[in-house]
Amino acid sequence: MDNYKPNNMILQTTTSLIAFLLLGFAVYLLFAGHNSPGGGFVGGLMTSGAILLLNMAYGSLTVKKMLPINFTMLIPIGLLIAIATGLGSFIFNVPFLSHTFGYFTFPIFGEVELATAMLFDFGVYFTVVGVVMTIILSIAEDQ
Amino acid sequence: MSNLAVLPIIIPLISAIILIFFNSKVKASRILTQLFSLIGLGVSGYVVWQVVANGTIVLETGEWIAPYGIILVVDTLAAVLVLTTNIISVAGAFYAPYAGLGEKENYYFYPFYFFLITGVSGAFITGDLFNLFVFFEVLLMASYALIVLGGEKVQLRESVKYLLVNLFSSMLFVTAVAFLYGTVGTINIAQVAQRVQEVDQQGILTTIGILLFFVFATKAAVFPLYYWLPNSYIVPNPLVSALFGALLTKVGIYSLIRVFTLIFIHQIDLTHDLFIWIAGLSMIFGVIGALSTNNVKLIIAYNIIPAIGYILMGIGIFNQEALSGSVYYLIQDMIVKAALFLLIGIIVYVAGTSDLRKMNGLIHHYPLLGWLLFISAFVLAGIPPFSGFIGKLLLLEGAFRDGHIIIAIIGLLTSLLILYSIIKIFVRGFWGDKEAMEGIEKKPIKGMVAPVIFLLLLTVILGVGAEFFYPIADSIAAYLLDPEIYIDSVMKE
Repeated sequence: MDNYKPNNMILQTTTSLIAFLLLGFAVYLLFAGHNSPGGGFVGGLMTSGAILLLNMAYGSLTVKKMLPINFTMLIPIGLLIAIATGLGSFIFNVPFLSHTFGYFTFPIFGEVELATAMLFDFGVYFTVVGVVMTIILSIAEDQ
Repeated sequence: MSNLAVLPIIIPLISAIILIFFNSKVKASRILTQLFSLIGLGVSGYVVWQVVANGTIVLETGEWIAPYGIILVVDTLAAVLVLTTNIISVAGAFYAPYAGLGEKENYYFYPFYFFLITGVSGAFITGDLFNLFVFFEVLLMASYALIVLGGEKVQLRESVKYLLVNLFSSMLFVTAVAFLYGTVGTINIAQVAQRVQEVDQQGILTTIGILLFFVFATKAAVFPLYYWLPNSYIVPNPLVSALFGALLTKVGIYSLIRVFTLIFIHQIDLTHDLFIWIAGLSMIFGVIGALSTNNVKLIIAYNIIPAIGYILMGIGIFNQEALSGSVYYLIQDMIVKAALFLLIGIIVYVAGTSDLRKMNGLIHHYPLLGWLLFISAFVLAGIPPFSGFIGKLLLLEGAFRDGHIIIAIIGLLTSLLILYSIIKIFVRGFWGDKEAMEGIEKKPIKGMVAPVIFLLLLTVILGVGAEFFYPIADSIAAYLLDPEIYIDSVMKE
């Protein structure tokens, strides 16, 4: 039984499809957060769910090659982004964590409302992905 | 509008994040830690100066006005406590390279160190009950990590207890805040105080007050709820114990001061009289614990409990002298407990044991260490030129003025026994034959002693310069007795 190698073709094929959908939905949730249910937290959880599914189907070595990211480092990066949005208030001389928004016209999307609260959400997103992946990978790799 | 209020919170926060990137570089981490803690000290010193000169700083974050947004309030009490926190953080940062952390320095010790400072500063500054809960969790999460870092068997055992107790009290905190929100419809401390005043603190509100008392009393280790503290505070590295002993329980007692001088003050004979009894019992049981053991670390850990008792006694008596005594005692106790834990760390390091029965004649080899312990015993017991004296004197004055004779006598007797419990270490460990400890080689302790001397020097200054510091404590007490000032400064109408 030593050289028994499971053939996970069905799992791997459906995973490539579903992981793609999951990542797309995660990004949708991240951007939808301002006006409908969603936001950085659930978006981050959904992204880690997608990466986790890839891990289960292809094994962690393949995924490491595919996504060469040190997930632990995402935590401080996310935190820095979140704090930086607050620190902007020191430059513009307004109370800490004041947020603003504006309307911009883009070629394909047309007029879009962009808010600085979105940047804070990016920080949350990266932190959540970093935390969840660090927890799961460090437990999984523990012998 | 003044962003000054947020600086004591975000400086340690940013420091922690930057130090995560320097995780593998121990030398750079040490230097950056010292640098960041000095910056923090400078900024908090400036904040204190601004607050004393121009009055309370109120920051409405995100331009949301008073009851709707998160309000940060830096009044004199909060500013002084933040300054004290930063002083301890500096002393700890300079002790850290000699603390024998070993491999822990490569496992995010310094980031957790600063996250702890962030949580403590945030808890002192916030003006919102739920935000207070969040900052409690920030400091508790960091403390969970610090207590278990290293992964020894005894650390794992004690951290499970510590975590369970704190998790339970945090759940109770959320429940109490939910009850309060359901009753008065707000969590902004100033507005809660206003609304409780409007309905004259009816039955349900007193119940919620007592519930909050249980939460903060667990965090502060007051009489029936102190059982988790002594053992879990001695298992981590001495530096971590010093941070815990100096800061964590003090955040609990600070929250008690805030809540019971601002919000629940309309049924004093129900709540505050109870505090006096609990304070007396904390003193008695804490000092009995300190006398019962031969483990030097445990003696110091048990000494936290009577100190909390003294501060709680001031809240219970609730007049100007007693409250200023509480404030004075709180600040000096933070400094002296940090100094004592660091000192005991050095003593255990040089003696190679924490069992008092195995130490003897240390003063022949380490005279400076002996005299530092001697001084800190005097500070702790409240012998005149040192800082413990002023706080206790004010507390006793307050107690006698309102006729609380029994608690005053308990306080005096406890001081005597505290002195005995520390002097016991001095007499048994430091006196004795020169030959007794001949077997051990002399270890260099120069770098370790410097932060302790710095902290003890501060307690001497706090004692000798009482003429300068007393008016500040007195004005804080006057301010605490008149909640209208706080409410008006937050709810500008």
